[in-house]
Amino acid sequence: MTAVDASCPTTPSTNPSSRLTCNAVPPRILKTSAEPAALLPDRFRAWFAARGWSPRAHQLALLEKAREDRSALLIAPTGAGKTLAGFLPTLVELSSAPVAPAKSVVSTGRTLQRSGGLHTLYISPLKALAVDIARNLERPVAEMGLPIKVETRTGDTPVSRRQRQRRYPPDILLTTPEQVALLLSSDDAPFLFSSLRRIVLDELHALVTSKRGDLLSLGLARLWRLAPQLRAIGLSATVAEPDQLARVLVPQPGGKEAAADIVIAGGAAPPLVEMLDTRERLPWAGHSARHALPEIYELIKANKTTLVFVNTRSQAEMLFQNLWSMNDDGLAIALHHGSLDVAQRRKVEDAMSAGRLRGVVCTSSLDLGVDWGDVDLVVNIGAPKGSSRLMQRIGRANHRLDEASRAVLVPANRFEVLECRVAIDAIADNAQDTPPLRTGALDVLAQHVLGCACGEPFLSDELYEELRTAAPYANLSRQDFDDVVEFVASGGYALKTYERFARIRQDKEGRWRVANPKVRQSYRMNVGTIVADDMLKVRLVRSRGGGAGSVIARGGRLLGEIEEAFIEGLSPADTFVFSGEVVRYETLVEDQVYVSRANDKDPKVPSYMGGKFPLSTYLAERVRRLLDDGRAWNGLPEQVRDWLSLQREVSRVPAVRELLVESFPRANKHYLVCYPFEGRLAHQTLGMLLTRRLERARARPLGFVANEYAIAVWALGDMSFMIRDGRIDLNALFDPDMLGDDLEAWLAESALMKRTFRNCAIISGLIARRHTGEEKSRRQVLFSTDLVYDVLRKHQADHVLLRAARADAATGLLDLRRLGDMLARIQGHITHRELDRVSPLAVPVMLEIGRESVYGEAGDELLAEAADELVKEAMS
Amino acid sequence: MAGHRRAKATPSFGRLYLAMTEQVAFSVTTTRSVDVEGIALHADLSGALFWEEQRLLVVSDLHLEKGSSFATRGVLLPPYDTVATLGRLAAVVARHDPRAVIALGDSFHDRTAHERLSADDRDAVAALQAGRDWIWIAGNHDPALPRDLGGTIADEIAIGPITFRHEPTGARGEIAGHLHPKARVSARGRSMERRCFASDGMRAVMPAFGAYAGGLSIRDAAFAKIFPRSGFVAHLLGDRRVHAIAASRCY
Repeated sequence: MTAVDASCPTTPSTNPSSRLTCNAVPPRILKTSAEPAALLPDRFRAWFAARGWSPRAHQLALLEKAREDRSALLIAPTGAGKTLAGFLPTLVELSSAPVAPAKSVVSTGRTLQRSGGLHTLYISPLKALAVDIARNLERPVAEMGLPIKVETRTGDTPVSRRQRQRRYPPDILLTTPEQVALLLSSDDAPFLFSSLRRIVLDELHALVTSKRGDLLSLGLARLWRLAPQLRAIGLSATVAEPDQLARVLVPQPGGKEAAADIVIAGGAAPPLVEMLDTRERLPWAGHSARHALPEIYELIKANKTTLVFVNTRSQAEMLFQNLWSMNDDGLAIALHHGSLDVAQRRKVEDAMSAGRLRGVVCTSSLDLGVDWGDVDLVVNIGAPKGSSRLMQRIGRANHRLDEASRAVLVPANRFEVLECRVAIDAIADNAQDTPPLRTGALDVLAQHVLGCACGEPFLSDELYEELRTAAPYANLSRQDFDDVVEFVASGGYALKTYERFARIRQDKEGRWRVANPKVRQSYRMNVGTIVADDMLKVRLVRSRGGGAGSVIARGGRLLGEIEEAFIEGLSPADTFVFSGEVVRYETLVEDQVYVSRANDKDPKVPSYMGGKFPLSTYLAERVRRLLDDGRAWNGLPEQVRDWLSLQREVSRVPAVRELLVESFPRANKHYLVCYPFEGRLAHQTLGMLLTRRLERARARPLGFVANEYAIAVWALGDMSFMIRDGRIDLNALFDPDMLGDDLEAWLAESALMKRTFRNCAIISGLIARRHTGEEKSRRQVLFSTDLVYDVLRKHQADHVLLRAARADAATGLLDLRRLGDMLARIQGHITHRELDRVSPLAVPVMLEIGRESVYGEAGDELLAEAADELVKEAMS
Repeated sequence: MAGHRRAKATPSFGRLYLAMTEQVAFSVTTTRSVDVEGIALHADLSGALFWEEQRLLVVSDLHLEKGSSFATRGVLLPPYDTVATLGRLAAVVARHDPRAVIALGDSFHDRTAHERLSADDRDAVAALQAGRDWIWIAGNHDPALPRDLGGTIADEIAIGPITFRHEPTGARGEIAGHLHPKARVSARGRSMERRCFASDGMRAVMPAFGAYAGGLSIRDAAFAKIFPRSGFVAHLLGDRRVHAIAASRCY
């Protein structure tokens, strides 16, 4: 191993590996000038030497930043000794501090200070990671004999230990954003945190993309006030805008931007990524990659340990079953995904650490987490979705810096070949496409404001100034802040009838405090920003074979859990894949779904619900460029080249800025297919709005499907003819004004919008996650947030919670912002092709019909259909 | 079928302009016939029941001031549910111009809910009562009904073969509320859930009318007790029509 990994060279031309790290590097990158001797105490140098190690440049760089009293963002690939780098300043400082005689001092109030106390907070998005890091820290602490106490605090920590930690805090506390919020809302917070010197934020790139990041940032703002001497170290994978990420780590001064210094660990070899050159025929559609199973199996067999990433849980289940069915060599292959029981996941992780596994089929559940040294190959099945995400996954292989990570991409269909091709190019360019820094959500702010009132009473002016030091809230308007405080106090309603029920009240000095202890209790029960999907238990029973509603014996073997939203879309006797087999839906009783074994080979209802993440804007752009550049097709498999050439012959291959729209008849229906390449979330929204407009144009649309690349709408009306004679004007059909009234009208009833609102209502604390003891049963809830949404929308459309839900809709399930950008881009660039049959490019999305759910908010047609069945039944 | 009313689209049906199916784009079938013990009743799209012959309108489970009831316990639901409920009630009253109105119990969410009604809400109730009989039936949420809100107070009321009471007992000729029936229908991966009337021709359970009133699935055991033989029908409140669907087809 090289003695010291090169810090990023100032001239990036010579070193071939420099492209991995040096784009967008700001000039204030540290060049390690200081000698290790000056930065590392003897004890540490001896420890490094005893292990045959030398401190790495970025590890020393962070020590130097600490000595200069600066906060820093370390950007490093996995395997770079990131965690040790983050803790070195802490360990060095604590090793030289006198042993604190703190044990005799007990917290009794807010003013009590003591020497010693909590020195460093470490925050990770995963509890398991916090626990693992604690184990890893114990070693240097023990081996150097450092007088340092390290403890973890998570939801699993026993109450007695949590109480003890508040009175006798350890030197280093490893915890999660939610636990920090809880600690900050306690009376002990000033006592606990005033001594805080350092905070280490692990996997920062992952934390900041969600509302958890907002919550964490607000907590940081509070910590900076309680402990002005606090300095932060962020640990992150490579991101598109490191400057923006570095802002999260320091208090934002009003009006200007401030950022932590950035340290980039260099020296990693660029990954070796290839696309599986399959011997088989590439499927037109689907996500199972079944065609490549033998080849995937061979890859696992040929390597020591392989991580096989897929995009959804059901894909993971399927692939795992299929691999085992051909596992003649008895390879140790395991399954890991978020819906598995925690104990089972830990077992897989332990077996992995011990090197007992040859392959693990996993979902994004393994995107983050504990480092395993022995993974030598990553296989990514299906669409890579984004280049940064893919690079992070690939980084899970081979944690030795000087060896290249190896990865094989396996496209599951032809469009995914294009996506894999551009993802490989993007990785070669080291092009990052992580999302931009969030604007802080108002529902999270409401939760935080209530948390603040649970602790020390606050003045609005002071809290407002404090909040804006948090990067996501730096531009928070005073109006929004005041509205949020009003909301927390008495609901923020124009009709001021709830003053007497206020949850927080102002005292004579204008300080807000909680109105009663119950409020504090309910805050504690509801802290956090993760709203879990409602899950139902799936039990296997014997079918009675009767019609819907026949009585089913209770009990049955528990197969696992499934999303309630999925089950709601099923009718009895529908079949779907669960736990690796095709099952028949029998009935739902309270929170139990009863299924029986089905004889069907193919499920009637697909359970591929799409990945959580849509194709990134960046990769989409590259796919469009690849399509537009006929010469670049040479890099594609022959089958794909032929497919595109045929498309060029019979229709057209869309240009980069262009939106291609095709229309054609098929089996008594008329189809309109367009190719925006903006990801399925934006496409679903667009599909909803298009069908509304086509309805108004009297094209009589019946439904649509959307995938990552295209949308197909079908109708009774002859849309080709209507376009020809001007009754459908495509420019008007795709006019951005659809994001006005049409969107508003749809949002009024959209199930996705209602789900978004429900999440905001829970996070903001309007309603509790659980009304303990008040809920009669799952099927009879006390009130439905859908009804609350309807009423609020009608009577106070600008209410702060609706504003929060709208902000979420822009980037979340409805992806409105991206849709808006696309509509603006294609204005005046719409090309229509009238065809007499389906085009080659349309085949993949057309094949989704009947496989994917048909979108369209169900309405009277669905009910009328069910009513018709009744008539038929009666007449037969 | 005789007895259907077709009402012109009014501003309150603005959503029609966005209707997905063309054939009903400019008209709306607001009622569907529900027979109980040979009496033809109309299930109104709003969730009210109209007995045309008697010019009697029945609404159940208004749950007025449910929002503020939760607010007293720190759950600050928007305080607009009473206004919303009374507004919808005013619309259905205007549509049918009944001679009498029965509020079939649980009109108020809790025992002190009536005290929290605003002056405007009280005026709205008074305006609805003007020129017609008004009967408050007691429910489990409002066993002691207010005396100062007009109308007559009763535990139950019988008209011809029909008995109106809050909690269903399963007796023949009974029209009740209390259970807040709702039903879910699904097909091909899509589903929708709506409030509904439940009836087997001998008795009926009405949907809750209140803006915040939730629902209980008609597949719950509570309904099996009331409709002894399987084979009752759910009359689901759609966007523009009431749809009769076999209960066995719903869940």
